[in-house]
Amino acid sequence: MKEVRISLVGFGVVGHGVLEVVRRKWEALRSLGLDMKVVSVSDINGTLFDETGIDPQRLHAAKTLEGIANLDIIGKEAIQEVDSDLVVEVTPTNIVHGQPGLGHIEEALSSGKHVVTSNKGPLVVAFNHLRGVAQENGVMLKYEATVGGTMPLISLIEKNLVGNEILGIRGIFNGTCNYILTRMMEEKYTYSYALTEAQDLGIAEADPAYDVDGIDTAGKVVILANSIFGMSARYEDVSVTGIRDITPEALNLAWERGYHIKLIGEVPSLTVKPMLVPRRSPLAVGGTLNVASIETDLSGTITVTGLGAGSIETASAIVSDIVSIYTSRQVDG
Amino acid sequence: MRLSMDLELQDIPGQLMQSLEPFKKYKGNIISVVHHRDRKTPRGTVPVQIVFEIDPSNIENIKRHLEENGIVVVRAGEDRFIEEISVLLIGHVLHSDLGDTINRIDSTGFAEVEDLSLRMPGIEEPSSAYLRIRATGKEEIGKSLSILRHVGAEKDLLVIEPIEAEKI
Ligand SMILES: NC(=O)c1ccc[n+]([C@@H]2O[C@H](COP(=O)([O-])OP(=O)(O)OC[C@H]3O[C@@H](n4cnc5c(N)ncnc54)[C@H](OP(=O)(O)O)[C@@H]3O)[C@@H](O)[C@H]2O)c1
Repeated sequence: MKEVRISLVGFGVVGHGVLEVVRRKWEALRSLGLDMKVVSVSDINGTLFDETGIDPQRLHAAKTLEGIANLDIIGKEAIQEVDSDLVVEVTPTNIVHGQPGLGHIEEALSSGKHVVTSNKGPLVVAFNHLRGVAQENGVMLKYEATVGGTMPLISLIEKNLVGNEILGIRGIFNGTCNYILTRMMEEKYTYSYALTEAQDLGIAEADPAYDVDGIDTAGKVVILANSIFGMSARYEDVSVTGIRDITPEALNLAWERGYHIKLIGEVPSLTVKPMLVPRRSPLAVGGTLNVASIETDLSGTITVTGLGAGSIETASAIVSDIVSIYTSRQVDG
Repeated sequence: MRLSMDLELQDIPGQLMQSLEPFKKYKGNIISVVHHRDRKTPRGTVPVQIVFEIDPSNIENIKRHLEENGIVVVRAGEDRFIEEISVLLIGHVLHSDLGDTINRIDSTGFAEVEDLSLRMPGIEEPSSAYLRIRATGKEEIGKSLSILRHVGAEKDLLVIEPIEAEKI
């Protein structure tokens, strides 16, 4: 049995999900030979540390660590202090400077800890640098959850499609935009009405700019460009148009001619823009689904679809990444 | 001179090769053959579009030869537009001189706007236009799209292109 001591940095929607998935799948993980112990959880209030492994039940009802933390250190300091094998970095995304996640990930990798993250910011700002730090220190950096949530895209390409040349990837990488456009088309809602509905349902943030202006999708395009295509793309290199100007009339007109309008991100062309998607195309998924088509030289075009966000869904991608670190042969632990 | 011909073939092996014979015989230079197997006519025939270069005096001979072999010639002539693409525009489509927008494509000589529909929800509100553009080839489709992108930027119109337009 391989003991895996995990430090969880960030205790929000995804952080809670990670604890829950580790709890629910504890037996299954043991049957894979992994004894996963979350030895520390940190948020802005401090760190809860228990070297024998934190009982997820204990944190189940807690929204934050306020009044629960037993160490008054957070962030980089907590990563340094706690003896762990792997850091799960799930703090808020900032794609301008990447912090606080960038500092956390650098610290973890350079102290010889594997990192699994759902935080796009550090990867958008410094993917090649972080990959270099991981290599220098003989550890792995995994980030499946940053791109398509639960949709297996990066592992599909790196594992199952290995040997193929990847010619291009295009897809819907933002469930909020997809939901808004789907409702506008089906219900003939205006953009602002559909947005309000999405906000009421918790699908869109109070400040929706990050999603509807295509910023989130562009961040994912940058991550794919750098990780899959070996580019050195920056956020500024992406040409981005969001969905605010789409009208129900335009959606209707497109529909009559056999098309949906979807916000499509593309690599390596580095574009994010609304595009006409034929109704019969595999990319024509609705609701909050994400989808990606991967064009390869040997296997033709392969399309995957799945939920792009959600607490448990994102956590499941994180846990899969953790498992793959310990079951891949490149690393002996 | 570059010409094109729309034919209808029986869906039996050998028909396509047979239909190309007179082009060889009358020294036509075939540029492209588009075989629409997926768009069978109600008569069960398969539409085929052939673009070729030839001395126009030979076109009647080719037609006759084809018809003698039971191949239906639906149309023959100068229509060179073999590629098409759909584009949607959103914004003040009409008030930014739609006639001019269309003319920028039509005046190229290699492409034209073939189909147009408009939706105008209200005076001050953005309208939408669907355009189908036909052009002499894929490259010309690409050029037409870049003209439209340019016009879009100039007139503050959102230009929505189809995903097939660009190779990924
Ligand atoms: N939610 C999703 O479905 C989803 C899907 C894919 C990817 N992601 C990404 O995953 C990450 C986490 O998302 P989320 O929805 O869980 O966000 P969230 O609910 O806002 O949680 C973020 C957590 O990080 C903590 N935090 C902030 N600064 C910190 C610091 N310096 N040190 C330690 N902890 C700190 C926050 O503490 P306080 O609350 O006390 O400030 C909070 O516990 C984000 O980068 C997001 O973009 C989320």
